[in-house]
Amino acid sequence: MNPEKPVRRKLDLKHGRVDLSHGAGGRAMGQLIEDIFLAAFDNAWLRAGNDQAAFDVAAGRMVMTTDAYVVSPIFFPGGDIGALAVNGTINDIAMAGARPLYLSASFIIEEGFPLADLKRVATSMGEASRAAGVPIVTGDTKVVERGKADKVFVSTAGVGVAPSGLVLTSDAARPGDVAIVSGTIGDHGVAVMSKRENLEFETEILSDTAALHGLVADMMAAAGPGLRVMRDPTRGGLAATLNELAHQSGVGFSIEEDAIPVRAEVVAACEFLGLDPLNVANEGKLVAIVAPEYAGVLLAAMKAHPLGAQSSVIGRAVEDANRFVEMRTAFGGGRIVDWLAGEQLPRIC
Amino acid sequence: MKYVDEYRDGALARSIAAGIAREANPNRTYRLMEFCGGHTHAISRYGLEDLLPVNVRLIHGPGCPVCVLPMARVDMAIACSRLPEVTLAAYGDLMRVPGSGGLSLLKAKAEGADIRMVYSTLDAIRIAEAEPGREVVFFAIGFETTTPPTALAIRSAEKKGLKNFSILCNHVMTPPAMRAILDGASEGDATPVLIEGFIGPAHVSTVIGTHPYEPFARDDRKPVVIAGFEPLDVAQAILMLVRQINEGRAEVENQYIRAVTPSGNLKAQAEVAAVFETRESFEWRGLGFLPRSALKLRPEFAAYDAELRFGLAEALAKDNPACECGTILRGAKAPRACKLFGTVCTPDTPMGSCMVSPEGACAAHWTYGRFRERARADRRKEVA
Repeated sequence: MNPEKPVRRKLDLKHGRVDLSHGAGGRAMGQLIEDIFLAAFDNAWLRAGNDQAAFDVAAGRMVMTTDAYVVSPIFFPGGDIGALAVNGTINDIAMAGARPLYLSASFIIEEGFPLADLKRVATSMGEASRAAGVPIVTGDTKVVERGKADKVFVSTAGVGVAPSGLVLTSDAARPGDVAIVSGTIGDHGVAVMSKRENLEFETEILSDTAALHGLVADMMAAAGPGLRVMRDPTRGGLAATLNELAHQSGVGFSIEEDAIPVRAEVVAACEFLGLDPLNVANEGKLVAIVAPEYAGVLLAAMKAHPLGAQSSVIGRAVEDANRFVEMRTAFGGGRIVDWLAGEQLPRIC
Repeated sequence: MKYVDEYRDGALARSIAAGIAREANPNRTYRLMEFCGGHTHAISRYGLEDLLPVNVRLIHGPGCPVCVLPMARVDMAIACSRLPEVTLAAYGDLMRVPGSGGLSLLKAKAEGADIRMVYSTLDAIRIAEAEPGREVVFFAIGFETTTPPTALAIRSAEKKGLKNFSILCNHVMTPPAMRAILDGASEGDATPVLIEGFIGPAHVSTVIGTHPYEPFARDDRKPVVIAGFEPLDVAQAILMLVRQINEGRAEVENQYIRAVTPSGNLKAQAEVAAVFETRESFEWRGLGFLPRSALKLRPEFAAYDAELRFGLAEALAKDNPACECGTILRGAKAPRACKLFGTVCTPDTPMGSCMVSPEGACAAHWTYGRFRERARADRRKEVA
């Protein structure tokens, strides 16, 4: 045995499991970070091995966000917790009209979590990050005893930069503004539910998890001055997003059920689960509120982008002291679209 | 979606609505009760009332199992869930139903009680099988639709020799509640409820058939039209009721012929009869104690009866005195008439049970109907 160079056993990525030593700050942790996270995310900041990443700040408005992901199950049709974390964080930055620059990622891992699954999550994050051109430049790893977490939780932060003077905030919708949704709603929630324990059903639906900053860049270029606010309708779905915008802007919304794109499979799944697609989560869609004179160009720009091909004008902001979201149903009646009370689906993202 | 879209067709809805408008006598009011929460939900969700003439009024009935569950039974379930050996399996709808002292299953769960949300009785059986060290109690609620699955769960537990499974039985029956509404039976407040016809239950009737409604037509002269839960079903049933009333008929008619037969599902009825027997009396929220209106396990299945197994007793529990769930469930008042509605009582912080389930009259009105009330009031003014 050569005392200068101890033999380092490789991580058993096939059958190995995360144990408490992987979070203890010792060699095992270093190996986990190097073989899994660095391998998957590889970039100069991570390779430098510091506890932080340093970068020059671009001119403009800095935009910052933080997010946590606890979705169950962690792998679902069309995505996994890793891709979801990267795309979701990018989207939160992008909704401010900003260009996302850097991400951080922290992992809280349950003792006993298979290393193969961790590798799969990290690889997916790396792929999503490279595809989006937004590197994960710093991170952290903690391991907790079995039962104190569920498999793996991912916490992220992101920074981006928006042009100086650009303010897209949720209090900016005005009566007459047009509401556009970028595609079919409810795909993510239904995809996750289809794999839930005791609820499993067969469906072709994939999560719509996607990074929307490319779409947003095109929207800004086409209709920047007319854009009031953008929001990605994640938990609580389109219904929650429109209600939030209505409350924060002090307006009502009047929408048309017929104009809201929903896949037939999503309608069917919601039908037998007793859900309303309006309340079901999305992870790759956005709602844009735009001044009426820009609605046409914005819609055209959105439709020209692959992630916005099915964009649709769903209604308008209206004057309403009650701040109701009202919908003309396909059946011909009217109804309120409210927030959902309570928890429809815990741990959807 | 096939077999669904056909029953939600807007053009057909307008033509039925036109028929109702044409046939409804403008000089009178038609007060029709939809008994089931499923109908209430469909009416609200699709905005059906917008298509009706203002003199055709729908009164929301008590056919929502969560809504009629009295506080004392919620308290009993909470007490049961706090027993250290017990895992209580309950439908998600029940989690936020208020018990005494602002408690709910959701709060009991947060305090450490082992309460699991399940989607079916089978889930509860599965938990009992997987965790033989736990006493799994299924919080069984519902009308005739959900009773057969509970009966089958008991049979299944028996067959599997499961010793750690029992139910807290709160199954109730539809006809006694309809009788109580017509008789004005209530907790001291006997405001007569003016109802000229019933939209009869959909799923309940698939099990019990159409015969049990005959006395309401024959003896009380109230027309009953059994209707499916799709909005066109309800619209058509309303038209059928308007016609019966106009022609002075009082009959049980079946709009839901694609699912309901006169005798119902005899196999399900036999299963229920084999496992359950009628309780002498059972409390209904809003309707008070109704004789022979609920079920309990037969003595031979006593081992599966959580009330006996854990010595659970019903304690006296009083609703918030300002809560109008009782009068609302009888159709004597509209949700808006309750002082608590929309102030301290909303779906996020329900005080009364009608606000908890999406099928409850108050929750449906809050979620879908608030603005419509304005529109209808305006239409009434125009008509006047």
